[in-house]
Amino acid sequence: MWSYEKRLQFPVNIKEPNAKLAQVIISQFGGPDGELAASMRYLSQRYSMPYKEVAGLLTDIGTEELAHLEMIGAIVHQLTRNLSMEEIEKSGFDKYYVDHTVGVWPQAAGGIPFNACEFQVKGDIITDLVEDMAADGTTA
Amino acid sequence: MNNKEQMLRDIGILDFTLIELALYLDTHPYDTNAMEYYNHYNRIKTQLEREFSRIYYPLKLSLAESNQEWRWGAAPLPWEGVCG
Repeated sequence: MWSYEKRLQFPVNIKEPNAKLAQVIISQFGGPDGELAASMRYLSQRYSMPYKEVAGLLTDIGTEELAHLEMIGAIVHQLTRNLSMEEIEKSGFDKYYVDHTVGVWPQAAGGIPFNACEFQVKGDIITDLVEDMAADGTTA
Repeated sequence: MNNKEQMLRDIGILDFTLIELALYLDTHPYDTNAMEYYNHYNRIKTQLEREFSRIYYPLKLSLAESNQEWRWGAAPLPWEGVCG
C-alpha cells in the first residue's frame, strides 16, 4: 500500500505561464520514457524479480518515480495556468486544449496517449533491467 | 524565504538524502556506516515534520490529528506552488 505526503519532492514555483514549453514537458509526464511509464514499469516488474532485495529496490524506485510524476504534473499545470485564448492559439496549445482544456492528461509531446505498450514486463531479470536502462538511463 | 518555506526546504533536503540512502541500503543491508547516516537524518526529519505539522499543516495523514477543522483537508495543494 501507499501513503501520501503533502509536499513536492522539490518545489515548483513558476511565475510565467508558457504553453509552448508545457507541450514539450508533458512527454516527461505521460510519454514513453516519462515518469508514469517509469513508475508503472518498476512497480509491475518487481513481482517477478527473483532477488528480494532488488524487488524491494524496485518498489522504492517506483515510489520515487511517482513523486517525480507529481513534480512534472505541477510544472505542466503551472505552465498552463492563466493562459489567454490568444496565447493558447498562438502557442499551438489549441490542439491539446480542445480535448483537455488545462487539465493535465498523460500523453507524449506528439499527442500519443499514455499506454502500457510504452514499457515492457517480461518476467526475466536481465530483459527487464535492460528495458529499464533503455527507458530511464537515457533521459531521467 | 520565510520560516515555512525554509522548513519545507530542509524537510525536502533531508528526505531526498534519506530516499537515496534507502536505495543504497536496499542492496547493501549490512553497511552499518550507511545505516548510521540513515538513522541520524531520519531522526532530524521526523522531528522537523512534527514541528512543521504542529505550526502549519500536516504533511502526512498520520500527523493530521484535528479538533475544530480537518487539518489534512485544509493544507494547501502542493502542485499549486507559491506563485499562483
